[in-house]
Amino acid sequence: MSQALQVATDEAVRVERLSVAFPQRERLHVALQGVNLELKRGELLCVVGASGSGKSTLLNVVAGLERPSSGSVVVRGRVALMFQEAALLPWLTAAGNVELALTLRGIHRSERKRIAHELLRRVHLAGFEGRLPHQLSGGMKQRVALARVLAQEAEILLMDEPFAALDAITRDLLHEELEGLWQRSGLTVLFVTHNPREAVRLGDRVVVFTRHPGRVAREMSIDLPRPRSLDSPEVAAIAGRITQQLKHEMRDIG
Amino acid sequence: MAELAAVLESDTGGDELLLAPAAPRLGRYWSSVWPKLGAVALVLVGWQVVVWTGWKPDYVLPGPAPVLRRLVEDLSQPDFYEGVAITLRRAVIGYGLALVIGTATGLLVARLTILRKAFGAALLGLQSMPSITWFPLAILLFQLSESAIVFVVLLGAGPAIAAGLLSGVDHVQPLLVRVGRVMGARGLSLYRHVILPAALPAFIGGLKQGWAFAWRSLMAGELIVIVSHQPSLGVRLEFAREFSDTEQLLALMIVIFAIGVVVDSVFSAIDARIRRRWGLHGG
Repeated sequence: MSQALQVATDEAVRVERLSVAFPQRERLHVALQGVNLELKRGELLCVVGASGSGKSTLLNVVAGLERPSSGSVVVRGRVALMFQEAALLPWLTAAGNVELALTLRGIHRSERKRIAHELLRRVHLAGFEGRLPHQLSGGMKQRVALARVLAQEAEILLMDEPFAALDAITRDLLHEELEGLWQRSGLTVLFVTHNPREAVRLGDRVVVFTRHPGRVAREMSIDLPRPRSLDSPEVAAIAGRITQQLKHEMRDIG
Repeated sequence: MAELAAVLESDTGGDELLLAPAAPRLGRYWSSVWPKLGAVALVLVGWQVVVWTGWKPDYVLPGPAPVLRRLVEDLSQPDFYEGVAITLRRAVIGYGLALVIGTATGLLVARLTILRKAFGAALLGLQSMPSITWFPLAILLFQLSESAIVFVVLLGAGPAIAAGLLSGVDHVQPLLVRVGRVMGARGLSLYRHVILPAALPAFIGGLKQGWAFAWRSLMAGELIVIVSHQPSLGVRLEFAREFSDTEQLLALMIVIFAIGVVVDSVFSAIDARIRRRWGLHGG
């Protein structure tokens, strides 16, 4: 019995034989087929794959925004989702966007402002609370989105290529910040990317997806010490092998 | 670490440049006003030129000078303001009703799929129906009364307001709705915090168009439905025609035009404010 409990508490997400298909132009489009995935509490797992490998679909299913066609998904804990676009509400200030997440959690009005400012400080945006989204750069918007996600106090953070649209330096900084936040908070992170280096830079484990349909091709533990650098030879070597495999898959299918 | 802090500084600090220095208020005001003044001058000159050609006799088409003199004279008469007040009262009542009923209808139709299927197309159809065609029915229902006029103003403006709200709700960025859902907003709270604020620009557009329809319907109504002892702008216009008093007629038309423009510019100002806040420049 104690063993069963152990398993239950240790696990944040368990995906078993998950398939997702939806009709597309009179045919059935299979986005995911027979995907098995397990996410331990406090783990940072990266899913890497080319576009069309069903990565986003996987996140949507885990977030409860889409239904599996077959298989099962068990999620233990509140989830929050972050996208490639910051998707800030343009009529609210940086603080307002964070406060809305708090409002929807039922946090009392008197507390919201203080918490929002504290969260913005944690993502290095102190002093920008009153800025509107269009007055912020891409990196700053993504930081607000990160603060907003933190405001949801989720245990599981789902990230859908959150830094793909950013310039290299900003992305580098955000990798460090995400890593820091994750290490301090004990969050469980499922991070989806098409960039093998990013996956190796961040992940405790990396799961490689192939496409048409999306399946798990390979799973590997990344045992390099943290913090890692995107440009280190070790990261590059592992990422190179993943890239090879992805290229191989793409050539096979075309 | 110091290096990181420095880069962070520059990442955030560099954005100060995004905020362009505001032009001096007076200069900005003048730069938006002078083209309008120019247009007015051009119209007055063109008008005067037509009068000078002698195309029509003076008593049929007077020049700008006597008309403007008449306008100034009108503006010093208390009973002229009584007429303006009667017309504006009808506008406020009719438009106010249209605002309440149009908004409620728009919300219901947006929210309930069955209502949308039933009335979505009809709403757009109603919007393109010339409001003057409602008058025969309005007169039969309400006789020649205030209610007949208000009824038609309501039918003129209501569908435009409802359609504006509906299109705003329909065109909310799906990503924002997704974000709202992920943050736990459902049903009414999703509407309150995400969908309705996102629909605001289109709603304001609907209000603006609704006002244009309301004002047109009202003027048509005041020419057709003449209620006794209510010397509204429309009634005065009709009397001016009957007495062949073209000076008075043109002076009244200028007033009617001016009221329409002033109210419209209020909506434009609100719209511009929202666009600025959202960062939708040049849209």
